Amino acid sequence: MNAPAGQNPEILAARDDFPLLARPMHGRPLAFLDSAASAQKPRAVLDGLRDFYESEYANVHRGVYLLSAQATDRYEAARETVRRFLNAGRAEEIVFTRGATEAINLVAETLGRSGRLEPDDEIVLTVLEHHSNIVPWQLMRDATGVRIHAAAADQDGNVDVEAVFREVTDRTQLIAFSHVSNTTGTVLPAREICHRARERGILTLVDGCQAVPHAAVDVQDLACDFYTFSGHKLYGPSGIGALYGRLDLLTSLPPWQGGGSMIEEVTFERTTYAPPPARYEAGTPNIAGAVGLAAAIDYVQRFGSENIQRHESVVLKYGVDRLQAVDGVRLIGTPRHRAGSISFVMDDVHPHDVGTVLDREGVAVRVGHHCAQPAMRHFDVPATIRASLGIYTHASDFDALVEGLGKAKALFQP
Amino acid sequence: MDLRDLYQEVILDHSRHPRNAGRLAEPSGTAKGHNPLCGDLITLDVLVKDGVIRNVSFDARGCAISVATASIMSDMLKGKTLEEAHDLFRRFQQMLTGPDAEADGLDKLEVLAGVREFPMRVKCATLPFHTLRAALDNEPGTVQTE
Repeated sequence: MNAPAGQNPEILAARDDFPLLARPMHGRPLAFLDSAASAQKPRAVLDGLRDFYESEYANVHRGVYLLSAQATDRYEAARETVRRFLNAGRAEEIVFTRGATEAINLVAETLGRSGRLEPDDEIVLTVLEHHSNIVPWQLMRDATGVRIHAAAADQDGNVDVEAVFREVTDRTQLIAFSHVSNTTGTVLPAREICHRARERGILTLVDGCQAVPHAAVDVQDLACDFYTFSGHKLYGPSGIGALYGRLDLLTSLPPWQGGGSMIEEVTFERTTYAPPPARYEAGTPNIAGAVGLAAAIDYVQRFGSENIQRHESVVLKYGVDRLQAVDGVRLIGTPRHRAGSISFVMDDVHPHDVGTVLDREGVAVRVGHHCAQPAMRHFDVPATIRASLGIYTHASDFDALVEGLGKAKALFQP
Repeated sequence: MDLRDLYQEVILDHSRHPRNAGRLAEPSGTAKGHNPLCGDLITLDVLVKDGVIRNVSFDARGCAISVATASIMSDMLKGKTLEEAHDLFRRFQQMLTGPDAEADGLDKLEVLAGVREFPMRVKCATLPFHTLRAALDNEPGTVQTE
């Protein structure tokens, strides 16, 4: 197939920055189409981690010696990098976490203990949410007695502002939703949802895991109260992520985990807590993870988020078009605005079997329910095949996918 | 290993036309099995009388490997004692995950030997057996592979 027009030559060359992608798979070139689960790492991140460990590593916020001071500088510089990346107003609004899952648990648990919520208060999610944006709220519900409502998606997988606000009542305290669905790739109208919520005094939490690798995010423009993402989906190391929280909220919510770093003064009678972000970072943090995440952000920002968005939308559209042209393939979700992911099923072949056939063709996709069982029920499928892209994905990866689907069809169809 | 060794014609045939599909009117035991990783779901009924399996039937929503295993397994179980059924499961697990791929006494289930080379798919093949064991014990709840 001809390469689609409108691709960015600089971004096309980015693939060479990712050593793992050169590894042959079952004797074939690797077509890695599972970046929504976790992205591969560029040399800039791998080298950055090694350099940091080899020349500047020590614990942070503790030693008086030079190394500890340097490591602290690097850790806090990483926080500043994340602040700029999200255009947060202040670095204190950025809390490092293990990932988005931990960040959502942090907010759910501290909000649950804050005394702000009363039984019969309500929170609104959407039917497309990943389990990590459902289960923490259920745990909080069990502790507080709040009620959970889920906004519906339409048959194409769109979640409209109206659908969200149909679930909103005078008791609604919070709306939590994915900026981009990890299943259908739907881009939710985050700005409109957050602005309308703010007018009504409702808090918002946006899970940006599937958004930040594909588009620029500005938390002040969105007007969200919390925003979170995982580093490993943004070409950074696993085990690091970030939570943005409005400073007045982070200052008024109770501490989360207890330990070193999050305190001011400890006696056996009473402990006073540090202001944010330290308040929410008990214990030795993932220091190198933060440094690696900053390296990943620096890496993607070299290309520019808008350039990445433009380039990826061309490659993604190519993938959608090619898949839609395959006889027997049905897309699960055809949203008006899509980023990152395409889910589909195939007549007569279970996704699990498709995944095994594709693997042998060197094509790595995710098959299953994508940790979004309510979304699977919405579309009435037990599982889907999901192809998702990253900065290194080429149109030819989708060619390999379509070729592999042809083999699956030949093998299974009677 | 070639994909054809995994997806042999017998397996494809059983997955397209599962034997003993459906539900029993009056089972002595019923169990549900679920593989949360891929969403495979199976409901299995057994009729045991005097320590012998008289009938087996199942309803499966799953991949070719799990449906074919359920189909072949259900065919083989009729007339077997409970002890023989448990022994069959033990041998089947041995064939798929044991130190050497021994397929003694597995009869028609031998066509599934290739699953051994696809470790991510072993649970697809063992789900029907886990569900069978729960049905024989008539355990409430759902058996999970995870």
